[in-house]
Amino acid sequence: MENAMTVETASAPTSTEVEIGFHNVSKRFGSLTAVDNLSLEIEKGQLVALLGKTGCGKSTMFNMIAGLTSPTEGTVEVMGRNPFEHFDWYRGKMAIVFQNDRLLPWRNAVSNVELGLEMLGLSAEERRERAIYWLHKLGLKGHEDDYPHALSGGMRQRVSISRAFATDAELILCDEPFSALDEMTSKRLRTEFARLVRENGKTAVFITHSIQEAFDIADRIVVLKRPAEIAHDLKMSAEFDQADHARLKEMILKSLS
Amino acid sequence: MSDVTPGQSPFESPVFDVVRKILWIAAPYTLIAAAWQVAATIFPPFLFPSLIDVFQRVFVILTTWSQFSSVLSTAMRILGGLAGAFVLAAVLGVAIANFRVADRLLTPTLTFFQGIPALSWVVFAIIWFHGVEFRILFIMVMTTLPAFTFQVVGAIRGMDKDLSEMVLSFRPTRWKYFTSMMLPAVLPEMITAWKVNLGNASRVVVVAELVGSSGGVGFQLLQQQQLFDMAGALAWTLQLVFFVLLFQWVLAQLERMAFSYRAVSERH
Repeated sequence: MENAMTVETASAPTSTEVEIGFHNVSKRFGSLTAVDNLSLEIEKGQLVALLGKTGCGKSTMFNMIAGLTSPTEGTVEVMGRNPFEHFDWYRGKMAIVFQNDRLLPWRNAVSNVELGLEMLGLSAEERRERAIYWLHKLGLKGHEDDYPHALSGGMRQRVSISRAFATDAELILCDEPFSALDEMTSKRLRTEFARLVRENGKTAVFITHSIQEAFDIADRIVVLKRPAEIAHDLKMSAEFDQADHARLKEMILKSLS
Repeated sequence: MSDVTPGQSPFESPVFDVVRKILWIAAPYTLIAAAWQVAATIFPPFLFPSLIDVFQRVFVILTTWSQFSSVLSTAMRILGGLAGAFVLAAVLGVAIANFRVADRLLTPTLTFFQGIPALSWVVFAIIWFHGVEFRILFIMVMTTLPAFTFQVVGAIRGMDKDLSEMVLSFRPTRWKYFTSMMLPAVLPEMITAWKVNLGNASRVVVVAELVGSSGGVGFQLLQQQQLFDMAGALAWTLQLVFFVLLFQWVLAQLERMAFSYRAVSERH
């Protein structure tokens, strides 16, 4: 337990580049407070899991990072700008993997991956080349021309991950992307996802309610209790063994209960 | 060379499948024709002319340019009126779906217009306008506009919000959002709207031509009524029916091509 407690980090990094910053952020929907005076900084190149129970405000945080909603109080900065006010500036800089695959049913796999590239104004050849590269990297060789209805849930989510990585965005946001998949597929995909994030030097924010999923992929786990207050900010290490994970899990469960 | 494999019943062969499909398509029309022919043997020809007389008249219309041009002008009026109404409906529909003020002002107005009978628009058009073609275009647009607009609004509002949010997350331009999300999402309902309005428009155009035109199928029907010529009336009516069936077929082919991506259930 002592060992686990030493992984708690201060949320304000000193020397590294900050990619995402929440500064005294609150978000209220009428009388409901979803996020309460939250301050958090995420460094460039980190794979951070935002872990919390349903309704703890992690999706609200996610929407604020994505620029889909603005804070009631405080400021949110992503790459030094306000994502809500400078929404279009993030074209090609931010990509999202959603909880469900959200593939356009009228496009085949390769065209779905090309979607984000179309917004960047790349030539048709370059789009196709990049889309096929990512589909193959995600193990979908031979399925380029398949429509979403012909693909399994796992394959569809692979297409959606390909779509996010194909844009070469600096920041990847994931909203419980593997929660609808079976455990084996989910484990395989999250391992692949974490490898791709690290290989390509991306920053990733990964929302999850699964402690195991957070252990499997994250460099850092931010545990949130209601309303989106930081309960723990944990720096993870590859050297942690099962006993460390068990202690951390116990600590997280205790703070969430 | 037979398509029937050994041990297979001839009733299960692909050829028999095609024949069976054709027979099923022809069955209702054969039934109508048979009922008419039975009536023709019972009643006098000025009430129920024989099918041979009717098809002779159909043939004459199709092969005589002065008559066939009437069919074409009616067809063009239907398509022109529908196209005009559709363009206007698309603009109004987008405005209603996106702006509350437009919704509050236009929705009740269009609902009010929907209550006005087609024949009233015919009378208004004759009083207000001089040109025949403009009158007919006006009548066609006013009678089909409300339904088209409400169908556009319904299609836009029914767009999948998750998919829309996903496309928006890539920060598209307005045009890119329209071409990659909005248009493909609303296309199925637009084709259905065309199919529904085509039937309405073909009925309205005949009324408009009957009262306010000197050409077209409606005008020709008026002539047949004055001559008490049932074979002619039926032959001109069939021209319009053929046109509607032909255009419905074209729309069905478009639909089939555009939505070939859809999954088809093996259980019907």
